[in-house]
Amino acid sequence: AMLDPDRGLSLTIARIVQRLKGSSLHSQLERQARVSLHKPEIKLESLKEDIKDFLKTSGWEKKLQNAVYSELNVFPSPCHPAAPPEHMKEPLAYMRKAQGSWEKRILKSLNSMCTELSIPLAQKRPVSEQKELLNKWNEMGTDEPDLSLFRPVYAPKDFLEVLMNLRNPNYENGEQPSFRSHLGLIQVPLKVKDIPELKEEFSELSLNIGQLGIDDSAQVPPEFFENEHVRVGQKVLAEQDSAAAQQYVRQGCPTALRADLWALILNISNQSEDILYYEQLKSNVIQHDLLVDSLIYKDVKLTASNDDYYFVFEDYLYQVLLCFSRDTSVLEHFNYSSATPPKSYIQGKLGMEEYAVFYPPNGVIPFHGFSMYVAPLCFLYHEPSKLYQIFREMYVRFFFRLHSISSHPSGIVSLCLLFETLLQTHLPQLFYHLREIGAQPLRISFKWMVRAFSGYLATDQLLLLWDRILGYNSLEILAVLAAAVFAFRAVNLMEVTSLAAAE
Amino acid sequence: FRIMAGKVKWVTDIEKSVLINNFEKRGWIQVAENEDWNFYWMSVQTIRNVFSVETGYRLSDDQIVNHFPNHYELTRKDLMVKNIKRYRKELEKEGSPLAEKDENGKYIYLDFVPVTFMLPADYNLFVEEFRKNPSSTWIMKPCGKAQGKGIFLINKLSQIKKWSRDSKTSSFVAQSSKEAYVISLYINNPLLIGGKKFDLRLYVLVSTYRPLRCYMYKLGFCRFCTVKYTPSTSELDNMFVHLTNVAIQKHGDDYNHIHGGKWTVSNLRLYLESTRGKEVTNKLFDEIHWIIVQSLKAVAPVMNNDKHCFECYGYDIIIDDKLKPWLIEVNASPSLTSSTANDRILKYNLINDTLNIAVPNGEIPDCKWNKSPPKEVLGNYEVLYDEEMAQSDGPDRELRSRPGQSTGLKGNRARDSGKPVLTTWK
Repeated sequence: AMLDPDRGLSLTIARIVQRLKGSSLHSQLERQARVSLHKPEIKLESLKEDIKDFLKTSGWEKKLQNAVYSELNVFPSPCHPAAPPEHMKEPLAYMRKAQGSWEKRILKSLNSMCTELSIPLAQKRPVSEQKELLNKWNEMGTDEPDLSLFRPVYAPKDFLEVLMNLRNPNYENGEQPSFRSHLGLIQVPLKVKDIPELKEEFSELSLNIGQLGIDDSAQVPPEFFENEHVRVGQKVLAEQDSAAAQQYVRQGCPTALRADLWALILNISNQSEDILYYEQLKSNVIQHDLLVDSLIYKDVKLTASNDDYYFVFEDYLYQVLLCFSRDTSVLEHFNYSSATPPKSYIQGKLGMEEYAVFYPPNGVIPFHGFSMYVAPLCFLYHEPSKLYQIFREMYVRFFFRLHSISSHPSGIVSLCLLFETLLQTHLPQLFYHLREIGAQPLRISFKWMVRAFSGYLATDQLLLLWDRILGYNSLEILAVLAAAVFAFRAVNLMEVTSLAAAE
Repeated sequence: FRIMAGKVKWVTDIEKSVLINNFEKRGWIQVAENEDWNFYWMSVQTIRNVFSVETGYRLSDDQIVNHFPNHYELTRKDLMVKNIKRYRKELEKEGSPLAEKDENGKYIYLDFVPVTFMLPADYNLFVEEFRKNPSSTWIMKPCGKAQGKGIFLINKLSQIKKWSRDSKTSSFVAQSSKEAYVISLYINNPLLIGGKKFDLRLYVLVSTYRPLRCYMYKLGFCRFCTVKYTPSTSELDNMFVHLTNVAIQKHGDDYNHIHGGKWTVSNLRLYLESTRGKEVTNKLFDEIHWIIVQSLKAVAPVMNNDKHCFECYGYDIIIDDKLKPWLIEVNASPSLTSSTANDRILKYNLINDTLNIAVPNGEIPDCKWNKSPPKEVLGNYEVLYDEEMAQSDGPDRELRSRPGQSTGLKGNRARDSGKPVLTTWK
């Protein structure tokens, strides 16, 4: 039974009200309202109206609007009231099952590394070590711990193998292979958009609309597009309107405005309580050592430290990721993610729920390349607490979908299927050729999409890409870009004869 | 026996592949120094011999060399400072607005070299300045050395006692004395990125000094220190923190052979625009172009503008945390060693573009040509300053930087050219 729209709306309103109640914004609004009572324009006879007007003119109504908008962006619309809570995470049972198995595997791998190396998952640091770490906080990159025994828990290609084996048990594909068969690696029947639907969805990217990164290049007079676009961007920032900002960045952000626009869209204001929260996480890092810390070090050393663009920011990456692992507020996103945070038990109390903790505290086990989600943001934010919040918000809105198994249109499974379908439909010759030589296109493009292209594009281009992720609140553009890259290189690719050559 | 009569004959005493590959790809013929040659890419020792009174010889019209005879007016640390000081005083004397000073007596537009003194000659002047700011740090650099050799930092007069004695005993110090040092105020508030200190290496090609015609290579780079920067005095001796020369950084524990601690200038621009805004970033880059041109104008009157010569300089610039650029030094023989794959490509292209400008069409040169290459051969160079054109157009015609875009996936990062736009500096 379809959910009656009015019912749906009142459920949504109720949920948002509940989430914002007790938030710092709520108390600030209350305080503002109380303070306004002293103002001459607030009259007792029309108290409610006058306070409302005051909140509007002072910009507080806008802040509330932005917060509501943010909630709408992040949380999916409520399902049917009779649906169990798992459905908000993932409606399809076989997907939930597959994600559960994958998680078991990861946790097993982590636990066995732990046992092999005789290192506890977590332990308190001796005081001398705490002091040392505090001194070195801004230059953890100069540390050279022995990481040779640590291995990443998994790499994107391991994850791809799992996705390739996904099957919908309710779907019988007994027909003979035909022109319509999907010839790619993903063999689940999810609905993905075709070109007409994509054109409609991404209408601001059509050829007749100006784009930064293209229509502002040196050969184009700035009067044609760039100047006006920058002017509009400045106005959007002045109005502090989240929804307008999200619409605006679909055509790309001017570099000088990007940091502020993203913060506006993600509703990050870096208040003093946010800074305090970050400092609290930092002290958690100082006091306790987690096994995942070593995984983080190893990942940074293997990826970002060797990257031409990001090696400069190595130290910031530790400052963000070590805190991220300990941030329990991240657990909230598991309400709408198909994933479930791994549980661990205090030593000797295996299976006893009252001794269970999430491990790591934020429930996210990093994999090879994880630090590359943070690295590009270092070009925009040089204040650690703000950098941290932006990354965290990007993770709980977008990045988590790239390494969990779900049917969501922005989930990695859908992106892979979208990529393969686009390629097979529009470049069939190329697709067949690559398949013939054992170079299934997804084997090449998978890592690009899992990393949202970080490390595979020059930073200025990557940021233009992420502008659109924020603007459309969707990751589908990653699949479209991946297909476009193949289209761009189609002529050369038709000549190659091996996977290695194709890479 | 001249079968190859039409091909350029080259010599070099610098055995670097980026050079030799470029000569060979043009089909030029390698010859020995004592044979008839057209193009000699020489080290600075050799240029000294070619133009010296005892061992020198006249170059013929079809011979080109890659150094100006007295390049050291720009490339020796003490002479560069001397020439800039002289240039400023001259402008001041003729009442030029460029030489305007602020209320503290500092040049508004021409204060781009950190306060510098020669030792031992200016020892007493130095002490006077030092005492004004006794907590300041100073950097001692030997005049004649490169690659960061022999450089050290001091923050106490006792650390340079030796030069105090020298100043009292010797009343004359020869310019070429091996013991001559310059001491400059150390920039202890450098702009830090990711907490790390860096300097800028920019390549500037000069084809003639009078009229001044110079080109800036678009693909300069930032050299990062591998160790975190700290102004603390205990780290003064740790050269890995303070000096950004790759030759020194290469021996640090953290040196990475993939990126070599180097960033492109376009990364710097993207970072600054994103974190500081477009206006201040444009202003910074304009100032960088400005100080390079002023340094060349300063030495132009004393340069031997020999028509057989061109020169590609390596400019070292430090940006402080107020986004002010400082000229640290100019190198006559910028390193052609490649520390990473990207580096090799950059230097190869640098030489390629340099040769395209200096030796038109890759043919046997005629040093009497007007040294005005067509726009198409510039490659990654942009006109920085063209005195002839400036005089005919009116206001200074120079490079106004405009952000370009990287194109394509990694590995193909050529920037679009910024349009040279007429602009009046101050």
